[in-house]
Formats: sequence, C-alpha cells, structure tokens
Amino acid sequence: MKKLLAVLLASLLVLALGACSSGSDTASTDATSSSSDNVIRIGVYEPASGDNGAGGKQETLGIQYANSVAPTVEVGGTTYDVELVIVDNESSNDKGPTAAASLVSSGVSIALGSYGSGVSIAASDVFGNAGIPVIGVTCTNPQVTEGNSHYFRICFLDPFQGTVLANFAAENFQAKTAYSLAKLGDDYSVGLCNYFNQAFEALGGTVIYETFPEGNSDFTSYLTTAANSGADVFFAPVSTEAAALIINQAAGQGWSKPILAGDTWDSNVITSAATGTDVQIYVTTFFHEGDTSEKGTAFVTGFKEWLNANPNMLTNNGGNDMVSAVSAMGYDAYFTALEAIKNAGSPEPAAVMEALWDTTYDGVCGNIVFDDVNGDAVRDVAFVKQVNTESGNWDFIAIQGIS
Amino acid sequence: MKKKTANLISLGLVAGLFLVLFLLEQVMDPASMLFVVLKKGAIYALVAVSMNLLNGFTGLFSLGQAGFMLIGAYAYGILTIPPEARDAVYQYFDGGIIQFALPVPLALIIAGLAAAFFAFLIGLPVLRLKSDYLAIATLGFAEIIRAFFQWDALGPITNGSNLLRRFPTFSSVIFPFFVAGLCIAIIVLLVNSSYGRAFKAIRDDEVAAEAMGINLFKHKQMAFVISSFFAGVSGALLAMYQTTVQASAFKSAMTYEILLIVVIGGIGSISGSCIASFLFIACNEWWLRFLDNELFIGTWQVPLLRTGFRKVVFSIIIMAVVLFYRQGIMGDR
Amino acid sequence: MNFMQANLPYLLAGISVGGQYALIAIGYTMVYGILRLINFAHGDVFMIAGLIMIYAAAAMPLYLAIPLVLIATVVIGFLIERVAYKPLRSAPRMSIMISAIGVSYLLQNLALYVTGGLSRMYPTIPFISDSVTIGSATTKMVTLITPVLTLILVVVLVLFIHKTKIGMAMRAVSKDFETSQLMGIKINSVISATFIIGSFLAAVGSMLYFTNYAGVTPTAGAMPGLKAFVAAVFGGIGSIPGAVIGAFIIGICENIIKGMGWTTFSDAFTFALLIVILIAKPTGLFGEKATDKV
Repeated sequence: MKKLLAVLLASLLVLALGACSSGSDTASTDATSSSSDNVIRIGVYEPASGDNGAGGKQETLGIQYANSVAPTVEVGGTTYDVELVIVDNESSNDKGPTAAASLVSSGVSIALGSYGSGVSIAASDVFGNAGIPVIGVTCTNPQVTEGNSHYFRICFLDPFQGTVLANFAAENFQAKTAYSLAKLGDDYSVGLCNYFNQAFEALGGTVIYETFPEGNSDFTSYLTTAANSGADVFFAPVSTEAAALIINQAAGQGWSKPILAGDTWDSNVITSAATGTDVQIYVTTFFHEGDTSEKGTAFVTGFKEWLNANPNMLTNNGGNDMVSAVSAMGYDAYFTALEAIKNAGSPEPAAVMEALWDTTYDGVCGNIVFDDVNGDAVRDVAFVKQVNTESGNWDFIAIQGIS
Repeated sequence: MKKKTANLISLGLVAGLFLVLFLLEQVMDPASMLFVVLKKGAIYALVAVSMNLLNGFTGLFSLGQAGFMLIGAYAYGILTIPPEARDAVYQYFDGGIIQFALPVPLALIIAGLAAAFFAFLIGLPVLRLKSDYLAIATLGFAEIIRAFFQWDALGPITNGSNLLRRFPTFSSVIFPFFVAGLCIAIIVLLVNSSYGRAFKAIRDDEVAAEAMGINLFKHKQMAFVISSFFAGVSGALLAMYQTTVQASAFKSAMTYEILLIVVIGGIGSISGSCIASFLFIACNEWWLRFLDNELFIGTWQVPLLRTGFRKVVFSIIIMAVVLFYRQGIMGDR
Repeated sequence: MNFMQANLPYLLAGISVGGQYALIAIGYTMVYGILRLINFAHGDVFMIAGLIMIYAAAAMPLYLAIPLVLIATVVIGFLIERVAYKPLRSAPRMSIMISAIGVSYLLQNLALYVTGGLSRMYPTIPFISDSVTIGSATTKMVTLITPVLTLILVVVLVLFIHKTKIGMAMRAVSKDFETSQLMGIKINSVISATFIIGSFLAAVGSMLYFTNYAGVTPTAGAMPGLKAFVAAVFGGIGSIPGAVIGAFIIGICENIIKGMGWTTFSDAFTFALLIVILIAKPTGLFGEKATDKV
C-alpha cells in the first residue's frame, strides 16, 4: 500500500511540476510576446567560476560594456532594447549544456561565447537543436565550428596560433627543443599543444609533451622534467588559474628560459603573477592595449572609464583597469551580433543565423568576415606580447603571421 | 485480490504519467526548463535508486557510483559513434580503432554490462572490507578508473582525455523515462524477491544473516554488480542527455551529489530517491537559479545575491535535511 | 652524480609536499581514532584556512594575520564538530559520514561564493617563500622548512598525548569509547580537543602548502585531503607517527611518478596504494590490531 502511495505522490509531484511550470512558462511567453515589439535578448554563455572564470568574466565585461554603449538596435524601422541574458557555464563540460538550455528557454535570438573551447563544443548541440546561432568569441579549437552551421567564430584558430608560436620560438629563440604542457581533458590546451608540436617538429625541432590532471597544483615536477630535457622554451597554453601557479613556481625554481602561451594568458592574472620575478613570458593574442588606431584608443579609454565607474565590474576585471584582449573580442562579438540582427531584419534566430554568413564588421580587433565553410572569421595575423615584469604591463613585441 | 487491484492502479498511474508527459511535450515549448529537469531527473533517479540498492538495502557504503557511470557512458559513446563521424571525433588518434556502430538499445545494455563486469572485478577484493573502508576503497577505484580512461595510450579506443561526441542522443523526454522506469521497476522486483530479503538481512545484521545460511560474499557481490549495471545504464543515458561525454566530469563530487539525493529521499526508499532526484535537479538547475543573478528592486540591490549564492543556499538546505530530518522524504528509519 | 642532479628536485618536492600532507593526515587519523569517522570536511577546512589567510593578509600585517588564521581555523573546526557531528553521535555511522560530506559540500560552495569562483593568489610570506639553491636545484625555502617543522610539531604532539591528562584521556577514548565515558572522562571536551588540534595543524599545513602552490580555489583542499587520508590509512589509522611516515612516502612516490612521465596516474597511484594496503595489511604500517576495523 505504501508503494502505491509513493507512486501516487511521485506522479502528483510531476503533475505539480508540470502545472506550475506551464504556468510560469505561459507567463514568460506572455512576457516575450507582449515585449517582443521592443526587446531582443542576447545570450551570454560564459564561465564565471571554475578554471576559466577569470577570463570568462573579462569577456563578459567586454560584452556588457558594448551593451552599455549600444543598448538599443534599430531593425526594420523599430527600435529594440537589447537585453543580455548571462549564464555561468562553470567552465565545466557537464554543467555547460544545462546552462545553455536555460539560455534557450529564455528565448534568446543569438548567443555569444564561450571563453574555453571545451564548453563551447559541449553546448553546441543544445544551441544547434534549438536553431539558435552562436558567435564563438575566443574559443580557438577548430572543432567548435567544424561540421555545423550554427556556430560562428570571430577569433583565429589553433592550427594558425600553434604555427605562429612554433615559428616565433624557432625564429626568436633558435629553439631546438620545446617542452609543451597541456591539461588532461581540456580541448583548448590539448588542441593547441598538438598543433604547436606538429608545427615545431615540422621546423626540425624536438618536443617533449606532457599533461597534468585536473586539480593539480604542483608544477615543480613538470618544470624539473622540462629542465632535465634541455628544453629551450616552455609552452603551456593552459588556463590562467594553472598559469599563475606555473609562473610562481617557475620563479621559485629559477626557471630562466622563455615561457610561451596562447591567447588565454593575455590577462592581468598573468601580469600580476609575473611582476617582480625574472620569468620571460610571451603570448599570442588578438588585441593590444597600446593600439593607436582611432577605434582602439576610443575603446580602451571608454572601457576604462566604464570599469572605473563600476566597482563591481572593476572587481570582475581582476581589480585593475587593464584591458584584456578577450574584453575587446567580447565587445566586437556584441556588435557583430547586432550587425547580423540588423541584416536579418528580425530577431528570429533562424533569420539571424542566415544573415550571419554575410555579416561583416570592422571591429577594434580588426575586420571580421566569416568564411563560407565553417563560419570562421578570416584572420591571418596575431599580436605577440611580452610581460614587462617591472611595470606589470604588456610590451608589444611583433605582429606575426605565417608565411 | 487486493494486490491485484493495487497492481492495476499502479499500472494505470504509470500509463497516465506517460500520457501526461506526451501531452506536455505536445503543448509546451520544447526549450522549457521543465524538460531539462525531467530528463536529467529521470537519469539521476535511476542512479540514485541503484545507489540506494547498495547503501540502503544491502548496507554497503559504496562511493564508486561516478566511476561506474563513467564506464557506462564511455561504453555507450565508443560503441555508437557512427563510423563516418569517427575521424572528426578521434582527430588525434586517426579515427580510432573501432569502426562500427551498434544500435542504441544494444549499446545501452552493453554499457550496463561493462560497468557490471568492472564491478565484479573490483568487488572481488573490495567487498571484504567494511563500512568506511569500503567507502574509501570504492572512491579510490572510481578515481583510478577516471585516470585510466584519460590515458593517452588508450586513445584509439577512449579518445584519451578528449570529448566523445556525435553519438545518437534523444530529444523526447519519454525515452529517459521509459529506460529509467524499466530499470527501476526491475530493481523494485529484485528488492521484493528473496534476494532482496537476503540483502536487507545482511544490512540489518551480518552475523545473523550468515547464521541463517545467507552466503555473505555472494550476495554482496550480487548487489554490487547489479547496482553497477544500472549505474552504467544511467551513465549512458547521461551521455545521451549531455550529447558529449568526458572522463573529467565524473568526479567524486558527482558521487556525493547522488549520495545526497539518496539521503534526502530517505535511505532505503526507492520512491524517495526518485522524488528527491527530481526535486534536487529542479532546485539546482532551475528554481534556485534566480539566486545567482543580481536583483534590483528599484535602485535597491537585494543583498547577497550573486554568482554562487544558489549553491550556498542549496547546501544549507541539504545540511538541514541531514541534521534534522534524518529519515528524508520517504524514509522510515 | 648526474642522476642525482636531475632527480633532486623531484625528491625535494616530494619531501615538502609529504610534510604538508602529514600535517593534514594527523587531523584525519586522530578524529578517526576517536570517533571512527572519516572527516571528509577536513580537506576543506585546510582550504578555508588558505582563504582566510588571503583575506586577512589583505587587511592587516602578516604578524597579525598568521595568528588570526590559526585561531579562526581552530574555531571553524570546533564549530563544525559541535554543529554537524555532535547531534549525530548516537546515529548510525553512515549518517555522520554523510554529514561530513554535507559539510564538505557546504564549505566548498561557501568558498565558491566568497571568491566568486576565481582562483586567489596566496600572499607571499617573507623568508619561507624566498628562493634557495641546493646543489643543482633551486627551490623555495618552504621546501626545506616543511619537513623540519612537521617533525617538531609531531614530537610536540606525541609528547602532549603521552604526558598530559587530556592526552591520556584521548588515548583512553580511542581505545574504548563507552568505557572511558563510564570512567568519568568528559567525552565532548576530548572530541573538541581533537578537532582543535587537527584544525590547528591543518592551518599550519595550509600556510606551507599554499606558499608552495600559491593558488586557492574552492576545490583546492579536496585532493590533498583525500591523499592525506590515504596516508593516514597507509600508516595505520589512529597512529600519528604512522600517518606522518605514510604522508612522506606518498608525497615522494607521487613526485617520482611524475618524474617518470606517468603524469596521468600520479593521483590514481595514491588510490592504488590505498587499495593494496587495505587488502594486504588492513591495519597499515603501524596500526594496532583490532578486529572491528576491517
């Protein structure tokens, strides 16, 4: 009898769930239908916690700043308010899809994100099944856009970035041996190391490749292995969280060779960890704060003002007003999305997706044009920057392409 | 006679439940969070019940559930990725060595069997340990399994530590309900059989149970293997739900979550585990999500609300249940 | 010589991390000895101590921050026992272990909330974070200080347990809970003292550990905690010297395995060791023979 009661209760619960949710659901659709005249929702699918939390927050800041600059968009003669719907994907491939589902259920026209390739790949199908287009901001792994028509991307790709870094190591440091370190199960670092290793070996060098498991905080053994192998460069395109530990321990162990990394390291987490030490850190990235073009300076001054006016935002940026490349990319992504919505002439996801293929936008990080195979931005140069360990700023080194 | 009517009524209720689900899918926006909760809830219900079979009915405190889910999820993923997608998925391993795909139902069963097989091997040494030593040993095995599946040398099979994806998934909420419901029904039948009574006897008093002629090791091994079978199936369902699978997600934190579901539902209560898993998922993924967003009433900012507050509130609720409401929702002890 | 030169850094790292595990392991082994409870939250107390240090060091000079961290951690350890474990003293052992898991979940989520999910940099404590060169290896001062400090603390602790009244009470309670209660030992204060000592050592351990590995995240305590527990089992649970030796062995083995290039298995190895020891010699290296343990 008790079992019967239990089954009864269970089904009652499900019914209640259904009833209450269909209630709230109609409420929310009401809201959209009544306000669909003047609100367009843009989803922000970014990590705010976990390994990539720091970078994700900075990317979100760029998007929020862009939203404060252009809070409305005019489509087909009507002015719409643009509302950001921000979710935290926790930098985790298993939490990501649910976060994406909550974006889908809040009725976004387009989504932006994510910092970190793994979460982007993991949530891709959720957006794809719902027919919602996504603009990848700084997810550089080729698999994000490969074989689908809804995921676009405005940054360069890892095969390009890996080759640039390998060339840079071989040309500038005459490196013969490289040590590359990736995090187990992280698509970004595993992918980028893989392309770097290929390119470096093609240049005639040797590579020692290792991975570290999640939750590892002891990098001294890896540094020792690198030293024992006689590596000329240490390549570690990992999350900023691990990066801070690596820099700290490299300084403690007196590591004197150059450390190379990809775009994730372009963050004030890295500069603050490296300041006052002797480590040399070089990164490839999308944007340089000292950019003297009109667009660049306007963005940098505007963004700094905005940050300094909002204490919360300043905290999210890591406590100071240094402009990260990911913020600039977030800013560009937002305007690219607006451009696509304008071109589509409607906030319908399907129309926006269609329009994205032909959308172009001249952003602070350069001109954005999507290729017609995967929807990747056409980019052929990267900035190389070095940490100035005295001032704690980035020094511009070179603009590097692949020949 | 009375039992027959009871059976009929439950059958009717189950049919009604599926009808309601079907109708809901017809009338509601498929993107609604309700379906997310229903799908994930059904999957967690299955794994919580399978854990309850061990912890609640047999008295074996095992913390290896995430490891067995991992085996199930991987077995399913590896066996069902269509050959034409394998080059893209196994991009660092030349398309992997497996070049065929099995039908979904078969792969689900194999996922369970794979987990059960590993459980059998692990059970041989571990089940001789008692209470907390068993807990920590199974937890350790789950971690070892995770490291093993991330090993590059196994890459042509497991894709190393990288994502598995592009395997067949489900879109309707009926599918996980059907599979999980079927599995839970089998567990209910098992618990009510003479084996189930033997399990409970072991839980209540091992020495007495042995004296009554119950082969302790055989029955413990059996409960462990069966529980792992269903954990494996639920792992495969979870993979289908997430559309991708990666070993690094199956951490001990996942086992803890499942354990907390079992506790909230009441240790030794199958219906409790089911209800608790839906409640747990709904609170965690949906109802409490508003706590993570800063909220302004006029210009006044509601204090405390920001990223992470949801989880704090949630864990305080859980602690309250653990401390003051020890029998859980449906527990009787 | 060359071999020594190449491998000295692994050994140093192993000894240092082993000492830090040892300080955590003592907390596990003492609590288990008395309550028969795997205090899953102990690793998280260790993490919280790291967080408190970060916030304290930002607000006040280090000579105030360090004692504050020690005191605050002890208070937290004491409160956890009072709130989450004491009400369950008569409940089945499984309930109290679940409560420990719940506390661990709560502490991690609290840390997530407070830090906003970001890794926080640990402040630099002068002297112990300076670099020092030994032979061919450059390392931080803390690497050398850890084993020495650990040994000193352990000797003090062993003396405390063998020479003082409360120490005697602890030994009595861990031998026989009920009887010692009947003999008039105030069980609750003995248990509180155990948690206080454990938390104090965890706080010291956290200062050494995070000086070496300077990022504190909400899950930073989970792995060291589990490894320290394995060390406690390895050495024979309930035995303090056993826990310390077990911790050093695990720390060194882990680094040697990394040095051999088996990085994927550096964590798994610890658990494999645990299972082997549980099956082969369940009482660990120095554990007392007792039938109710395994």
